[in-house]
Amino acid sequence: MTPERNNVPRKLRITDSTLRDGSHAMRHQFTEEQVRGVVHALDKAGVEVIEVAHGDGLGGSSFNYGFSKVDEIRLIGAAVDEATHAKIAVLMLPGVGTVTELKRAHSVGASVARIATHCTEADTSVQHFTAARELGMETVGFLMLSHRIGPDELAKQARIMVDAGAQCVYVVDSAGALVLTDAQARVQALVKEIGHEAQVGFHGHQNLSLGVANSVLAYQGGAQQIDGALCALGAGAGNSPTEVLAATFERMGVPTGVDVQLALAAAQDVVKPFIPRLPWMDRSSIVQGYAGVYSSFLLHAERASERYGVPAHEILQEVGEAGYVGGQEDMIIDIALRLAEQREKTEAAR
Amino acid sequence: MSKATAAIVGPGNIGTDLLAKLLHSETVDVRYMVGVDPTSDGLARAAKLGLETSAEGVDWLLSRDELPELVFEATSAKAHIANAPRYAEAGIQTIDLTPAALGPLVCPPVNLGQHLDAPDINMITCGGQATIPIVHAISRVVPVEYAEIVASIASRSAGPGTRANIDEFTETTSQAIEQVGGARKGKAIIIMNPVEPPMIMRDTVFCAIPEEADPDAISESIVRMVAEVAEYVPGYTLRADPQFDDPRPEWKDQARVAVFLEVRGRGDYLPPWAGNLDIMTAAAARVGELLAGAKTTAVTS
Repeated sequence: MTPERNNVPRKLRITDSTLRDGSHAMRHQFTEEQVRGVVHALDKAGVEVIEVAHGDGLGGSSFNYGFSKVDEIRLIGAAVDEATHAKIAVLMLPGVGTVTELKRAHSVGASVARIATHCTEADTSVQHFTAARELGMETVGFLMLSHRIGPDELAKQARIMVDAGAQCVYVVDSAGALVLTDAQARVQALVKEIGHEAQVGFHGHQNLSLGVANSVLAYQGGAQQIDGALCALGAGAGNSPTEVLAATFERMGVPTGVDVQLALAAAQDVVKPFIPRLPWMDRSSIVQGYAGVYSSFLLHAERASERYGVPAHEILQEVGEAGYVGGQEDMIIDIALRLAEQREKTEAAR
Repeated sequence: MSKATAAIVGPGNIGTDLLAKLLHSETVDVRYMVGVDPTSDGLARAAKLGLETSAEGVDWLLSRDELPELVFEATSAKAHIANAPRYAEAGIQTIDLTPAALGPLVCPPVNLGQHLDAPDINMITCGGQATIPIVHAISRVVPVEYAEIVASIASRSAGPGTRANIDEFTETTSQAIEQVGGARKGKAIIIMNPVEPPMIMRDTVFCAIPEEADPDAISESIVRMVAEVAEYVPGYTLRADPQFDDPRPEWKDQARVAVFLEVRGRGDYLPPWAGNLDIMTAAAARVGELLAGAKTTAVTS
């Protein structure tokens, strides 16, 4: 990590994930026009990295996670075309996407590869980091559901990613379950383990309303990259809002290169008008933060709730207890079926 | 009845569990266990069970006076690609448990009958063995435009080979969903879950089906297939009745059937939660026995 010199705070890079994490909240229905509008506004505001992909990463378009309205490769290509300074990043989850899809994204101009695994499964990303580096892409590792293991264990997983070629590793609070020092301690442990060779990042969610506060603590703990999304557009109760991050870090005197007024305009004038439902801390998303449930399960639980007549928050509570990880959306239906069966039995017994 | 002689190459989790399944076989006699690491626990176990073992790899195996008739390859795709021409040259029929996919992809209850003479039979992947019978059970009733499978396995049951080659899993399984399962387009997803106690393998099969498809006929075909797989994997069960959903615009106006499966292993070498290993080795053992049966019949007739 870069030391602070002459009391000038360390630079921070903000990556905007409106067009990737936000894809969950949009049920993966982004249009090319929306993508161009968002990229144009973020690029103008000085955001350095913009992530575009299906919410579950490259290749995520499926029955299990929801089909994309527009092929993500076309959206990535449009984003590259629209950006003048910003780099376009893609996310991929080993087991969902493959190197073939990464190459396709690279061929249309994506230049940052973010490889995401569950926080204990970093060794499944080795082939993808190798491929990304061979393609000449910048690399970022994403340790999802980071609350599930302690700081030291997490740092060991970050080490695996760095040894495989990651240039930065993120503490990813996929469930919005990390509470302040929980987030900071993980960032510090990663800085200690990989800080001489790679950067550390933090990706927050708002399920317990702590996305921005956790991001500040992460920065103070040594993080050099922070994720946000305009209007918090993301899974669960949404991500740390990019416009709030920009304003907060500017107040702290931390250089991010993002123009606060232009970020505010991007959120208010470009993103808010097309959002069907603003991400919000409702009963279900708070339960996600509280029970440590992967944020993108929210809309799937709501859908299963309608289909099988059991409350979404009960489904999510069960998902948390079962310890399901990102990608296991099919288990939501399984749990809903079980809860519905229990209800029937209870009602029959009355 | 004389038995066909066999070797297992790769003394890891898969090879060791396979050996446990074949120890009491009436048609297959596993004589050799081959690895590359002298400290391998699997080799030590096999030696204790009376097999001839070596850490000198395939060179050692192919220099035996008596070559095996069958080789079960339980190494990695890369190793199998290197070894396959050598087995072929020696005239040894191979049952490949890696995702190399050199020979025909085989799922015993679906298409083994068509490939009994193939020099190299590929066992697809654990997720493929668990789900392709179901895709086939649906596609034999209605045309399946698209089939998707999600395999969830316990982290502890995924060895270093699987972890280093996760793309090969998804690619080989997708290919087999089409070629063997009969879907026009296939997609495979694999998830590793580290929860303790470990989760039992779960598989979900989603198929796009025509709006007018008959749910009863599809369900009946699925139930029949589950019983057939359960003959060699007793812990293969449906978690719920197949779920039918009405067409949606985002599904290109197709309806959907979803099938939720659990694969509980027999616990031969690894505990029951490792159903992914069990279904792979059980399917390979099944193939081995049927091939051996064909060989010994050929000799005596």
